[in-house]
Amino acid sequence: MKAKVYVTLKKSIADPQGFAIKGALNKMGYGKIEDVRIGKLIELDLGDVTKEEADEQLKTMCEKLLANTVIEQYEYEILV
Amino acid sequence: MKFGIIVFPGSNCDIDCYHVLKDVLGKDVEYIWHDTEELEDFDCIILPGGFSYGDYLRCGAVAQFSKAMEQVRLHAEKGKLVLGICNGFQILTEAGLLSGALVRNKNLKFICDTVALKVENNNTSFTSRYNVGEVIDIPIAHGEGNYVVDEDTLKKMKENGQVLFTYEENPNGSTFNIAGVCNARKNVLGMMPHPERAGEALLGNTDGIKLFQSIIDYLEGGAKNDK
Repeated sequence: MKAKVYVTLKKSIADPQGFAIKGALNKMGYGKIEDVRIGKLIELDLGDVTKEEADEQLKTMCEKLLANTVIEQYEYEILV
Repeated sequence: MKFGIIVFPGSNCDIDCYHVLKDVLGKDVEYIWHDTEELEDFDCIILPGGFSYGDYLRCGAVAQFSKAMEQVRLHAEKGKLVLGICNGFQILTEAGLLSGALVRNKNLKFICDTVALKVENNNTSFTSRYNVGEVIDIPIAHGEGNYVVDEDTLKKMKENGQVLFTYEENPNGSTFNIAGVCNARKNVLGMMPHPERAGEALLGNTDGIKLFQSIIDYLEGGAKNDK
């Protein structure tokens, strides 16, 4: 079972990387861009587990390690 | 009295901490490899700066799961002292032993400098040798030292005197200019600046030595955490 985890900074946390890239995109000519946020994509192969097991495992992994929920939020998608 | 310095793969300020405690202050100190499962003998544990486990994923995120960190958690629960410097501070927040988190510096730069810090509270085992309001110069060297904490938690921390050091001029975007904070029980301190790099006149700066001397006073005097 494969999965993708997306981790992004919470809206309330400033993202200086996103801000720098927004500036670069503006300079490229995309002047209308209002906001850029950088996040992480984590691809996992969870081995031979059911979808329910995968769901449970991913939630724990995200809460405990993959995201720091003080500053980040996460979403995941299980690929069947 | 015995100090222990945890050495993670990627720690690089462990030797500086050892040097200050052993050679400058003449105290008993040992390195502790990160997979050690026994920390009973130690009175104060130091998590040194560096890039533990390559700082992969987030700074300090992987180190929180090392065997030694399980023991550090128990050590802290007993009310014994834990000092996290720089990457050590990041590990303590990731492990949930301190509130908040450390994110990328506002200007995106790795900052290596000596900065002025104000001592906000000297009523702790880490800061008793300083005066409140005293301004000290301590080196910083970090890319992720921007301390972030929610408003409610910050309010409680301020009321409880948990903010121990603030920057006179904010270098990294840190909330409330915070450079170092402790837990509610005041036995766990995390700080981004490096007091171990300001420990002897030969190297041009002794402003950090009083932090280690305060700890020694506490351990030798058996003084209570919150006098």
